[in-house]
Amino acid sequence: MPMRKVMKGNEAAAWAAKLAKPKVVAAFPITPSTLVPEKISEFVANGEMDAEFIKVESEHSAISACVGASAAGVRAFTATASQGLALMHEILFIAAGMRLPIVMAIGNRSLSAPINIWNDWQDTISERDTGWIQFYAENNQEALDLILIAFKVAEDERVLLPAMVGFDAFILTHTVEPVEIPDQEVVDEFLGEYVPKHAYLDPARPITQGALGFPAHYMEARYKVWEAMENAREVIKEVFDEFEKKFGRRYHMIEEYKTEDAEIILLTMGSLAGTLKDFVDKKREEGVKIGAAKMTVYRPFPIEEIKALAKKAKVLAILEKDVSFGVGGAVFADASRALVNEKEKPILLDFILGLGGRDVTFEQLEEGVEISKKALEGEKVEEVNWIGLRKEIL
Amino acid sequence: MAESPFKADIERVQKEYSEKMTPGAIVYIPGSSVVNKTGGWRVFMPQFNKDKCIRCFMCYTLCPEPAIYLDEENYPVFDYDYCKGCGICANECPTKAIEMVRESK
Repeated sequence: MPMRKVMKGNEAAAWAAKLAKPKVVAAFPITPSTLVPEKISEFVANGEMDAEFIKVESEHSAISACVGASAAGVRAFTATASQGLALMHEILFIAAGMRLPIVMAIGNRSLSAPINIWNDWQDTISERDTGWIQFYAENNQEALDLILIAFKVAEDERVLLPAMVGFDAFILTHTVEPVEIPDQEVVDEFLGEYVPKHAYLDPARPITQGALGFPAHYMEARYKVWEAMENAREVIKEVFDEFEKKFGRRYHMIEEYKTEDAEIILLTMGSLAGTLKDFVDKKREEGVKIGAAKMTVYRPFPIEEIKALAKKAKVLAILEKDVSFGVGGAVFADASRALVNEKEKPILLDFILGLGGRDVTFEQLEEGVEISKKALEGEKVEEVNWIGLRKEIL
Repeated sequence: MAESPFKADIERVQKEYSEKMTPGAIVYIPGSSVVNKTGGWRVFMPQFNKDKCIRCFMCYTLCPEPAIYLDEENYPVFDYDYCKGCGICANECPTKAIEMVRESK
């Protein structure tokens, strides 16, 4: 029987790692993710987890050790956030290019400067072009589930790409919630052992990994990563189905809430989706035709799902905790790409909010709805809006 | 003229080698870098003067490629398929038996 425990998001991630039985965990502590490797090292020290726990001197080394482990043919796991993830940056491309299905838990945190330890998505969003699959969890249960799902998707032969699972700093990493821990046997059935055909160390079969790629071959190697990421769309859906059958919880590329007759749809990721659903309930009571949507998978970007969602709305507003300076929010830019050639499309708006741990309140969401209503009535509004900005101190 | 000591390797690799892109661009054939004839990178080409050579093996020992092997009489043979023209051999030759000349077509 699955066990229910009250735990922090970080502990849920550590439990997911324990259940997935990686052979190597290499990690370096960083707020707010420190508890993930801390808990794993406890599991290993207590003999509850049969993994090599490598203590390294930086995040650059942590991910490098995972690359080495995965290239040698075993399941590898790590966790980090913010500056730590930024320090991993160059190796993230290498992990994807070498097609190593490493899984990483991220306690989504802002980037310096100013130095700030609280939640936004700038860390993972900034790694969107590395070739890593990206999932975002709404709650601690999702953090656990999505890590298991991430391993299954990443290791699929049609994919073979690394994957990261983001869950919001402090809002999830340090908040306790009841979490269902699945049975080990069922997880074993679901994941199986990682037995790679493409990359493993065997003296009887010498191979070269990470070799130089001349201009005559580099593009094809990169195209293979593109193809793998495209394949991931189908594989993720299959794995979501299988996960539901095994564990009873359903995941979607984009999960919709009260969108059927909605004029305004607010799309977001991560824990903000919880707030948003409550907000939608309140606005519905007031008679506003509004719905919410939660994007669980950010890479590969759910293009078809965005198109389908857009058909339901007159205004589609993206609520995101990240910014690409000189453009707008990254999710907004990607959603624009999804809709650019659609004949009929809603007005697309971007609400940048909650940066560096600023609480996203109903008042801020009201601000967003007011802008959306104006757009709905044909008034010209800014496409990119900073919501909850303290204009009085600017 | 003596044969390259890598001849068998080159033949083996050429038989097995495929350009087909693998996941992760992994190379599954050991020694297959011989298919990349790096001699094309060369700007200066070592020119050998047998009369000056004292067969000290300095060039043969120090060639980083290695693109120099020895013939039956222990004279150096330059493998222009792989010689990148670095000039170490010419620089180290104690009798100036190797001269680097600009290669032009």
